[in-house]
Amino acid sequence: MNIASFAPLAVVLPILGAALTFLLIRHSRAQRAVSIGLLSLTLLLECLLLAHVWDGGTVAVTIGGWLPPWGIVMVVDQFSSLMLVVSSAVSLAVLVYATGQGMADGDHDAPVSIFHPTYLILVAGVSNAFLSGDLFNLYVGFEILLTASYVLMTLGGTGPRIRAGVTYVVVSVVSSVLFLISIAMVYGATGTVTMADLALKLGELDTGTRTLLHVMLLVAFGIKAAVFPLSFWLPDSYPTAPAPVTAVFAGLLTKVGVYAMVRTETLLFPGDSLNTPLMIAALLTMVVGILGALAQSDIKRLLSFTLVSHIGYMVFGLAMSSVAGLSAAVFYVAHHITIQTSLFLVTGLVERRGGSSSVDRLGGLAKLSPLLALLFFIPGMNLAGIPPFSGFLGKVGLMQAGIELGTPLAYALVVGGVVTSLLTLLAVARVWNRAFWRRPSDAEHPDPVLLAVPEEDEASGRGGLLTAQRTRAATLMPRTMVGSTLGLVVLGVALTVFAGPLFGLSDRAADDMLDRTPYIHAVMGEDTVVPPVLPAAVTGNGGGQ
Amino acid sequence: MSVNLALLIVMGALYACGIYLILERSLTRVLLGLMLLANATNLLILATGGYAGLAPLYSKDIGAGDYNDPLPQALILTSIVISFAVTAFMLGIIYRTWVLARRDEIQDDVEDLRVAETPSFDAEDDAEIPAETSEFPLATVTAGGRELPAGQAAAEEKPGSNNVPPSPEGGGK
Repeated sequence: MNIASFAPLAVVLPILGAALTFLLIRHSRAQRAVSIGLLSLTLLLECLLLAHVWDGGTVAVTIGGWLPPWGIVMVVDQFSSLMLVVSSAVSLAVLVYATGQGMADGDHDAPVSIFHPTYLILVAGVSNAFLSGDLFNLYVGFEILLTASYVLMTLGGTGPRIRAGVTYVVVSVVSSVLFLISIAMVYGATGTVTMADLALKLGELDTGTRTLLHVMLLVAFGIKAAVFPLSFWLPDSYPTAPAPVTAVFAGLLTKVGVYAMVRTETLLFPGDSLNTPLMIAALLTMVVGILGALAQSDIKRLLSFTLVSHIGYMVFGLAMSSVAGLSAAVFYVAHHITIQTSLFLVTGLVERRGGSSSVDRLGGLAKLSPLLALLFFIPGMNLAGIPPFSGFLGKVGLMQAGIELGTPLAYALVVGGVVTSLLTLLAVARVWNRAFWRRPSDAEHPDPVLLAVPEEDEASGRGGLLTAQRTRAATLMPRTMVGSTLGLVVLGVALTVFAGPLFGLSDRAADDMLDRTPYIHAVMGEDTVVPPVLPAAVTGNGGGQ
Repeated sequence: MSVNLALLIVMGALYACGIYLILERSLTRVLLGLMLLANATNLLILATGGYAGLAPLYSKDIGAGDYNDPLPQALILTSIVISFAVTAFMLGIIYRTWVLARRDEIQDDVEDLRVAETPSFDAEDDAEIPAETSEFPLATVTAGGRELPAGQAAAEEKPGSNNVPPSPEGGGK
């Protein structure tokens, strides 16, 4: 009986919280306390799980005492526990931010009170997807988080949100149907849906059937992860949602898709049969995504396009199927969840302070609110991959792995990665120059909120100046919102400071995932014979156990 | 015991109709399409369970191969519940669209249209004479081979002058 046996609590606690907050729907203060408290508890549990598997070791928990090929298992290994910790930390910060926003705006009525239960169910779905060792349970996890995300996306039911919500729901449902069809076919071909059992049995199928199943799963996950030809829905639907919702979607939902892709590639279909198409998709995702970002003037839409673009880096690391590449991809996922979420939270603050999220309407924010400028600048530079930030370290890891692989396509991807990084810098610099650096009056259509400030300060005179500023600051930038954003930015910087140990962890995680033995042994028992990876794979896991 | 051909044909027909319907612009039809796709998939899962057999209630007299496979049915049950929730939510959204817009159709994204209509010329980035935005303006600006006072250069970049399209917001066509 060790801490890993409590892994299912990572799903149960948020669901319990959702039930409690639903009961407390008329008591907003109690609701906030319950949801923040339970989410903190979940985060603590997940930190203990991560500490337990930090040095190695994969633990499988069988639910209800049904043994693996028949029952559902939850698997805790380094990758899944790292994802759990990062995702819960990010969702906790966003939850605090959202409650801050709710309190500042003073809306105690219906749509906001439904926010807490739905949000906790979303977190439970994400945890379930990360922990699942069973393909169908993974589908259930996806559905839990997607259904919660439909509600959050259309919160308040305004015209633009409903419009964006329809696109989002239809695309998500179609991808889920594809996933379900793939599960049915996998079950028809092998007679099992437990992932470790599938790892043993999928290798026995003939190549045609395997490739078909592989492609179907990748397409289903590719839609969720927004990989290039399947990414059209994301910049269309994300920006209209409320700021904290967009932030948590951008940080977590696509990464769950990436996580599922990683499991598919490493555990179910190891080898390099689809690596070339994946690499091409990664290159296109990076370049097309960032070119889209350059055309936008709305910061939220611009960030949505950079989100699509940077998914390409993770797919690139995955497609190399070498320890170095996979390790860099794992690190990059953790980095990107934190950075992308903090940028969306900052944009929420910019929208409050400047009255708009369009760079044509903003200006002079660096002078009006230096703290806000700092909060944008650090994750912005981090996203663009400026040394010494974690974005730079992750990209260097990917480049090194690409050069190590040494194929022409890998070199093309390295070049594409550098170009994308520079174009990201250009996109971020454009926002910085326009929204933060120029004078408010130089904006093409300056927002009234932006221009109102100096006049009001002058009118209130010397004595009233300080109080006037304080009240303005309290309504425009509530302390809880700034504090939670600051917390995430600090977490992003901490990823840079502790990049050494983290890279050590991601190396071990990549090693274990490519080896497959720890995972299969943990689920199916120590004496299971793990079949060798079928085609001549470029695994090179020299330090395998 | 044989493969149930009728079920497979129904499944194919449901998929075909479902895909046709989700490509429509009317939301109610899209919803019907999604429901057909979900049900077609349920039939597919049922088909993966193999031949029809006896109910999986244990009895000593029945051979292991004669039972029906119960797992696909458990999967179908879960998937029915999920598609039920999604259908209910979609109905809510469709009703809301009707209340807001009095139209049962998916609408175009305003911001998308705006970006598509925005001219590629951007006064601040692309103008031959850069608009003066610094707090310490230069007295004269050199551009296009001639030197002219900064105020005059800036005036040429104001909306409405020859170098700038009427509205940077993209309203002008």
